[in-house]
Amino acid sequence: MSRKSTEPPPRAEGTVGSAAAKTVTAAGRGVPVAEAEAVPSSDLRPHRIPAGERLLMTGNEAAAEAAIRAGCRFYFGYPITPQNELTSYMAREMPAAGGTFLQAESELAAINMVYGVAAAGRRTMTSSSSPGISLKQEGISYLAGSELPAVIINVQRGGPGLGDIRAAQSDYFQATRGGGHGDYRTIVLAPASVQEMADFVMLAFHLADKYRNPVLVLADAQLGQMMEPMAFADLREEPLPPKDWALTGARGRPSRIVKSFYWLAGDLEAFNQHLAEKYARIQAAEVRYQALSCDDAQWVLVAYGASARVAKQVVVEARRRGERVGLFRPISLWPFPTQALRELAEQVQGFLVVEMSLGQMVEDVRLAVEGRAPVAFFGRTGGGIPTAEEVSRELRELRAAEGQEE
Amino acid sequence: MSPTYQRPQALKPVVTHYCGGCGHGVAHKLLAELIDEMGIRERTIALAPVGCAVLLYCYLDVDCSEAAHGRTPAVATGLKRARPDCVVISYQGDGDLAAIGTAEIIHAANRGENFTTIFVNNAVYGMTGGQMAPTTLEGQRTATTPSGRRSATEGPPLRVCELLSNFARVSYLARTTVTSPRAVRATRQAIRRGIEAQMEGRGFSLIEVLAPCPTYWRLSPAESFTFIDETMTKTFPLGVFRDYAGG
Repeated sequence: MSRKSTEPPPRAEGTVGSAAAKTVTAAGRGVPVAEAEAVPSSDLRPHRIPAGERLLMTGNEAAAEAAIRAGCRFYFGYPITPQNELTSYMAREMPAAGGTFLQAESELAAINMVYGVAAAGRRTMTSSSSPGISLKQEGISYLAGSELPAVIINVQRGGPGLGDIRAAQSDYFQATRGGGHGDYRTIVLAPASVQEMADFVMLAFHLADKYRNPVLVLADAQLGQMMEPMAFADLREEPLPPKDWALTGARGRPSRIVKSFYWLAGDLEAFNQHLAEKYARIQAAEVRYQALSCDDAQWVLVAYGASARVAKQVVVEARRRGERVGLFRPISLWPFPTQALRELAEQVQGFLVVEMSLGQMVEDVRLAVEGRAPVAFFGRTGGGIPTAEEVSRELRELRAAEGQEE
Repeated sequence: MSPTYQRPQALKPVVTHYCGGCGHGVAHKLLAELIDEMGIRERTIALAPVGCAVLLYCYLDVDCSEAAHGRTPAVATGLKRARPDCVVISYQGDGDLAAIGTAEIIHAANRGENFTTIFVNNAVYGMTGGQMAPTTLEGQRTATTPSGRRSATEGPPLRVCELLSNFARVSYLARTTVTSPRAVRATRQAIRRGIEAQMEGRGFSLIEVLAPCPTYWRLSPAESFTFIDETMTKTFPLGVFRDYAGG
């Protein structure tokens, strides 16, 4: 089942956030008893910001506040630009919420502290930016291998190496291909507004617990730093499976083990097959995307996150000129909306993928389209952000070239 | 008639994978006995390291997890912060603790994280085939120091208790061994003291146990004991380095 949001959103940004949030709110009221372990009731006290109140916030701060509202009471961070507002917000607000903020000695330590809290059955999060996320990959692999729920936010900056501190989308490969060693997947959500920074962080905690899997929120410097009007949704979650694996001390029950090591031949293969089945369930149920003006589109821009904001402007301007151009915005980068793109490929003349990288998601688009339609690419890298003019020009040239062939 | 000696409840009735004469078995048994004795089997969370003791969870019948190589102190930090009512025991070897995990152990100790570390120092990497550890003695031959460790190129052996004794928030710090019944009793007492420190909320505690590795020392178990008593303790003197009650 795909969660698809079609056609122009009633609000400029954040509609898909609320659509996604709908999946969180669908089941109704309060937190069922079975979830007591997932979100202790003491963690669900009223917040200083009422739900629904319109605020002006940075993406970094909105993500931090959303985590606290989602019942996260353990945050471990390490300073790195451009996500420092998130860490500072946590340092200030987490103790006030009765939680733990700890500045770790390294990204390695931070992600492993997350591992410890997750193993103990509590909601926990860390955040960083590209070079720091590289350091966390070891821990993310262990989280995946131990089937531990955790949320990791990557406020991407330019790379490789120390790169720069400007917005980039060059960690797509790392985020969607696992990043660390081994046969595993992480769910990856890509917000495109401050509203979605908040909504997707809340959703990330739910999905992490639902599937016992680490979830990445892939943002960038632009989304982290900019301010936009937004409002926090009420936390209402569908029932979650009990955390009957969490380490709490074996009081009146057999002892439990949380681990990723398989010593005997065949055991790891069996476990990895179990992971594969779980990943198939995630692919079947958790694909999210936004299709804007795609129904009659001849040309479709494919972009996520901050690039999608530029692409959307191009689409709006093109439609104003009467050109049949649409925007397909993957929201879950893994699972990737492969099927929806494949279906779209049957009707369009071509795709133009727009990224803040040298071309990473474009490979997934080509895998989805499988040659059914031409897939072109336009990207800026190293902190460069594509402008609407550049994308429009690129699109115009593609349309002209295609028109000549016809 | 009640039995005078039996397998601790916290020790699973299985045969371990350890080599003959290895020190891990003694350390495991002491830990299990103390967990029983102190009545904490149902509130203990033990953490296995990467290395020979990675299968700790196959032997201890308490809630267990494992950490990436060297990251045990960070995982223990998370566990203890999330479950302050549980007793968290972090078990590490010398390569894990004093090489790849140096940053994690130093910062956990400096923060005074309230968990207990059992640090088994046998001066060699066992699981990977007997390579040089940060605690390998000068002149000691290993797979990666075939002509013996030299301070000039590898640096001298790292002394963990001496290093950590600089930190104000460390509550208990001792170095013991397992080469005689008397030494085993002293180790037992030290581990008990470390766990008590945690249960009283006094902060980080660590017991370094000098343990034999006959396999990679290429010595018999008996010769290994002599090696510890006569050679290893010259570099790593036994003793209590910090005791919260004793100042």
